[in-house]
Amino acid sequence: MCLAVPVIITKVEGKEGEVEIGGVSRRISLWLTPEAKVGDYVLLHTGYAISVLDQEEAEETLKLFQEIAKSAK
Amino acid sequence: MKYITEFRNSELAQGLITDIRQKSKRNVRFMEFCGGHTVSIFKYGIRQALPPTIEMVSGPGCPVCVTATSDIDKAVALAGIPGVIITSFGDMLRVPGSRSSLQKARAEGADVRIVYSTMDALKIAQENPDKTIAFIGVGFETTAPTIAVSVLQAQQQGIKNYCVLSLHKLCPPVIKTILDAGEVKLDGLVCPGHVSAVTGSNAWQFVARDYGIPCVVAGFEPTDILQCVDMLVTQVENNQAKVEIAYKRGVTPEGNLEAQKVMRQVFEPCPAKWRGMGVVPGSGLKLRHEFACYDAEVAFEIKTEPAIEPKGCLCGEILRGAKTPADCRLFRKTCTPENPVGPCMVSSEGSCSAYYLYGDISGR
Ligand code: SF4
Repeated sequence: MCLAVPVIITKVEGKEGEVEIGGVSRRISLWLTPEAKVGDYVLLHTGYAISVLDQEEAEETLKLFQEIAKSAK
Repeated sequence: MKYITEFRNSELAQGLITDIRQKSKRNVRFMEFCGGHTVSIFKYGIRQALPPTIEMVSGPGCPVCVTATSDIDKAVALAGIPGVIITSFGDMLRVPGSRSSLQKARAEGADVRIVYSTMDALKIAQENPDKTIAFIGVGFETTAPTIAVSVLQAQQQGIKNYCVLSLHKLCPPVIKTILDAGEVKLDGLVCPGHVSAVTGSNAWQFVARDYGIPCVVAGFEPTDILQCVDMLVTQVENNQAKVEIAYKRGVTPEGNLEAQKVMRQVFEPCPAKWRGMGVVPGSGLKLRHEFACYDAEVAFEIKTEPAIEPKGCLCGEILRGAKTPADCRLFRKTCTPENPVGPCMVSSEGSCSAYYLYGDISGR
């Protein structure tokens, strides 16, 4: 039930925004993530963005995985 | 970066598995608190990929499953009050109460509607000014802020025919209850990813500090879970117990402060009854006095008979991590997803449903 999926914000209008899910655009609430801007990925849970995803951290994590994969061979 | 496929990369997953296998020496038992993690672990075959030193047990992290029978009865009774439209997330409808379920109530004429979001419930309220729309508020810290926003929105927009039956639950207090009971010995906790997105990983500090149990917050993709297990194993092998995050793209130590603020503004902690765990102090949320007009329990006198628990169902023990679905004599026989006896078989994130759909025939 705590399922949340990453979606990209395509429009911001006050406390609401538009996102694209599988090519279809949907209105979501940005009430809980006032810092979210167009182009950000957010975690979407029951129509609400609950967290803005951090691209740098995501890249760092993937880099770490690559290093682990290399040294684990 | 799409934040999905990158974290399902099988080469990276294999690297993490090899790393875990090389590091893991001691026999350990890790609990994945969250039902979403249980599903991912089964779906991606992670149990089989882990070395035999690591045992994974499922915890109570399914809000539908932990809802007490008496609270389901309350929701059903509310559905029977004339002029009430029930709005609910879909998973709740089939959960059996003592004598009925929301689904049965609907078949018998009650107006029960599945919504994807509280925003839909507010819309139904605006479209039906002569009815009262009651939202069945089930969920953990991930969901509670979204319900809190709906109450604030109702207030701002002058919507008076909307109320919430608040059955929300908070995760840290129930972990404390499980650890204090000492029924299952744990060597590490896979902390819930989206609960922690709201609470922050700091919510788990007490587990590491007071119980000496390593804690790592995990995401839901296969490499997320493997990274979490890798970090837990590293802590165990180095005799450490600290709180770490294996989901740094979505979770910070402090969490979502705005969501925390909204949740505190609308709700206050209260004792709550959990299936299998009884009443846990400070583990529920009720609407604050200022928002009493949006509280279904204030708006209506909801009368229920004493609850009857489903006979033979081990959901309680399973939610505490003390038993597995394979221990239940009804599993796969009388209890199936089509004909669920208990909530752990109804909810898509319930342990029994995950074992049924993805486990081998013995249910392991
Ligand atoms: S298999 Fe069915 S009856 Fe047994 S514990 Fe699970 S939900 Fe309850």
